Amino acid sequence: MDQKLYFKDYNEALKQNKLLGLKCKACGALTVPPKMACRQCAGFDLEAAEVKASGKIKTFTTVFVGAEGRESEVPYIIVMVELEEGPWIMGNLEGVDPKTASMELIGKKVKMGNKVFAGDKYSAGEAARPLFSLVN
Amino acid sequence: MKKVAVVGVGETKFTGPQSKTQVELFAEAATEAITESNLKPADIKALFIGNALGDFDEGQGMIAAYAAENLGCLYVPANRYEGACASASMAIRDAYMWVASGYYDIVIAGGIERAATMGTGLATRTFAMFSDARYEYPSGVTFPAVFAMLTHLYADTYKIPLQKLREYMARVTIQSYKHGAINPKAQFFGKNADCSMEKVLNSFVVSSPLTLHDCCPFSDGAAAVVLASERVAKKLTKKPVYITGVGQASCGPLINQKEYLPRIRARELSSQQAYKMAGRKPEDINVCELHDCFSIASLIAAESLGFFEYGKAGEAWEKGQADIGGHVAINPSGGLKSKGHPIGATGAGQVYEIARQLRGEVEPGRQVPDARIGMTDTLGGDGGTLVNMIFERGW
Repeated sequence: MDQKLYFKDYNEALKQNKLLGLKCKACGALTVPPKMACRQCAGFDLEAAEVKASGKIKTFTTVFVGAEGRESEVPYIIVMVELEEGPWIMGNLEGVDPKTASMELIGKKVKMGNKVFAGDKYSAGEAARPLFSLVN
Repeated sequence: MKKVAVVGVGETKFTGPQSKTQVELFAEAATEAITESNLKPADIKALFIGNALGDFDEGQGMIAAYAAENLGCLYVPANRYEGACASASMAIRDAYMWVASGYYDIVIAGGIERAATMGTGLATRTFAMFSDARYEYPSGVTFPAVFAMLTHLYADTYKIPLQKLREYMARVTIQSYKHGAINPKAQFFGKNADCSMEKVLNSFVVSSPLTLHDCCPFSDGAAAVVLASERVAKKLTKKPVYITGVGQASCGPLINQKEYLPRIRARELSSQQAYKMAGRKPEDINVCELHDCFSIASLIAAESLGFFEYGKAGEAWEKGQADIGGHVAINPSGGLKSKGHPIGATGAGQVYEIARQLRGEVEPGRQVPDARIGMTDTLGGDGGTLVNMIFERGW
């Protein structure tokens, strides 16, 4: 069985600042990022759909010790964002000083852009990730 | 299902970078376990070994086959398990299943890792392979970052001021250091016994708000246990430690656990399986070795295992309720934080500790008085693999 939305297409869309997910025709749940089965009911009757790429910060951290090959990126902020339509997604946050990021970020509204991780020798190529910024 | 007992245990000292190879480390632990069981390698019918990152540790795949031959278990089926930091517990649970089924009567299970030898950069990179490679790692997530985000989420969910939560977490670290300092097998044996709250709070930040002393070390080490059917166990030892309940559950990326976080749903399901099978409740557990890869991880684990109410574990640590003499003795070995965390071996190290606690054989300063029922809790990835096991005295 073919998956209704593959990583490749999700990634290409994300690079255009479009967030794609899967809408379940059986239970109505939205699954982001793509999977074979609905995360809610495990059904296969899904269709690809564009998801509103805005939401609010649920949690965050500033990373000071990076992995091999990414040492030059620190410090950077990782956030988990609850999208307006429900799913959570992981990305980075720009426009805030990583060294002063605090609990006040939680609940703040954000909008989404993207930044491409070029990949390393383990990663089978590049992958974009959401790059969020605060909405004033 | 037949009853299955732990009849012998063995463990290397958990350490920083060292020169013994993976199979040499495993053989050291395994021969200790086999000798304690009054057996010989030729008596072992199959080998089950946890090894998360051997490919990166020293460029060795298929380690199980090499480990079996190296220690004289010639031509036996030898399986490797990879479930990140829960690898060895997966191996022991499967080994249990094979003996419980009646197919084998004597097997060895355990784990091995040289995570410290990799160094911080490669270890951080490879540990991050247990997050989602496509949808999480591009953001630069690391293992401390996962638990750092859970810390902020925990503070927000339970409305605990972050500074207060950090003080609770420091209590976890200080308790673990206290026990590890007198455990000769611990990486921090003889160290950190007098660590102060100020030192924990003010050490350098790895991933905010987690400091160095909120994090477990990278470790090398191995541990092994011999499991036998009840019939065989009674011939081998006067102190068989029975495995009375096991559970395991899985889950995908952290973001998909949103309905439950900072609770780890797979742990709740896994531990409930183990409690139901053993016919036990959380309040029956005297001693628990749980997966404290970070200080916050102890609070999260102790709540999901049912020892304390959600949001209340920090208070429990502060009041000594999670220590020897309290409601349940948690991590008298020093836990991952102080004993060390050689990831593929960690679960077997937990079983080693519980078996010796139930047999009353650990150092007096960290022996849980009259420990009769023990539990292990091992977490792999961002809650991706959870294994729980319950152990009881057979005498």
